[in-house]
Amino acid sequence: MNPEQLLYAKSHEWVHVEEAGVKQVATVGISAFAVEALTDLVFIELPRTGRPVTPQESFCEIESVKAVSDIYAPVAGEVVQVNDKLADHLELFSDDPYGEGWICKIEITDPAGLKALMDYEAYQKMCAEEAQ
Amino acid sequence: MSTLARTPLHDWHSANNGRMVDFAGWSMPVQYGSIVAEHHATRRAAGLFDISHMGRIDIHGEGAQDLLECLLTRRVSDMRPGQIRYSLMCNAEGGVLDDVLAYRASEEGAPGGGSPLFQGPMHLVVNAGNRAKLIDWITDRQVEFAARIEDLTTQTAMIAVQGPKAIGIVQAMADRPIDGLKNYTGMAAKVDGVDCYASRTGYTGEDGVELICASPEAPALWEKLHAAVVAAGGSAVGLAARDTLRLEAAMPLFGHELSEEITPSQAGLGFAVNLKGREFIGSEAIAQSGEEAHPTRVGLVLDGKRSPRQGYPVMAGDAQVGVVTSGGYSPTLDRPIAMAYVGPTMHAVGTGLEVDLRGQRLHATVVELPFYRRPSSSK
Repeated sequence: MNPEQLLYAKSHEWVHVEEAGVKQVATVGISAFAVEALTDLVFIELPRTGRPVTPQESFCEIESVKAVSDIYAPVAGEVVQVNDKLADHLELFSDDPYGEGWICKIEITDPAGLKALMDYEAYQKMCAEEAQ
Repeated sequence: MSTLARTPLHDWHSANNGRMVDFAGWSMPVQYGSIVAEHHATRRAAGLFDISHMGRIDIHGEGAQDLLECLLTRRVSDMRPGQIRYSLMCNAEGGVLDDVLAYRASEEGAPGGGSPLFQGPMHLVVNAGNRAKLIDWITDRQVEFAARIEDLTTQTAMIAVQGPKAIGIVQAMADRPIDGLKNYTGMAAKVDGVDCYASRTGYTGEDGVELICASPEAPALWEKLHAAVVAAGGSAVGLAARDTLRLEAAMPLFGHELSEEITPSQAGLGFAVNLKGREFIGSEAIAQSGEEAHPTRVGLVLDGKRSPRQGYPVMAGDAQVGVVTSGGYSPTLDRPIAMAYVGPTMHAVGTGLEVDLRGQRLHATVVELPFYRRPSSSK
């Protein structure tokens, strides 16, 4: 996926929205900036399919050598698919954060929530400020 | 705008990919690249650490020894020239103010004990976060002992080289046989032509050397040491891997295993208290607390991949029986480990417990400390 065409949450999740019939489905991952900041990942607790999520709710935990970090749901909906490969292949996060390193797909129940997300340019600006 | 203190090596860290964080008011590198790689580099070859943030205090005057005798839980009057002793400093209630290294000058009677870096016969190295508190604490008592303390922290730098190849690396640059130093001893030596105080001490569970030198000379010395460490298969190491190394070696850390609310024996540091025939600040309280059953520091090894962190509850059935003080992934053992305080009936090796990781219970077994002990052949 092209990072320039994705949406981003303040907490560093990326979102790619696809139309699936009448529904919208969001693929969710974490940005290369976030992966770089976490470093030395040792474990991920993936969400279960069927789980309802609300924006900014911690629905997934990722553990690095340093600390445990929450991953927050960027949109409201229900988890419909999970990338089970990640559990044993955490290197996918650093090798391909916007492709093979996707975490899950969420069927969106409230498309209005997408408006709260940033585009690539705004997100890059935020990261540059955070890196200061 | 940053108001953080900077070590003389700050520019090097920034220029070499060091991720800088606030640590006890200092801007320090937490890592340069992979924490696990830095950890393994230290265990397998050598790690280079900037530890200039630690407090270095010179103690001069006739009463220097008596001052420390009153402040420290271990005797200093029987220390030989060049000897270094791990000790605790306690308050009147027996709570731990800090754990410190007390140094006796290497050449008795010589100015600065044979080192141009010091004037007095005794020195202390203390934790960065406790430096201001300890300086106030000692200053309040220095007059009655005809002693005077001088804080050398910003005038000097401190660099640790740790790992199986550390001694060889530093020896190759030294003008004196520092490889003959016994553990917990030190001497004045020139390293790459720089006046240093070299000590066979460290905080990683490895053999190694810690060097104190004047601040202006530190960057050039660091560059030379770094080149030698890299050539030997090692690397510079940040605070994160320093923490995983010290956790595996089960060394207590103030703010985790040690605090003013914990007595030395609770921390399993009875060896660092010498009550016999002595009086020091806290000795009465420590002597009286000796008989009570109290929580004890233990090591835990966990099943699974999730790491326990400071503050996580330790459970036996439905009852909380303890709390994690330090925890994380052990790169050497490749599994999660923790130090914890648990109740007096829960500390036997082999005891099965659980740790509550944010709502998820994981099985944990009490194991003997330290988690890692270096092979004696590498000494």
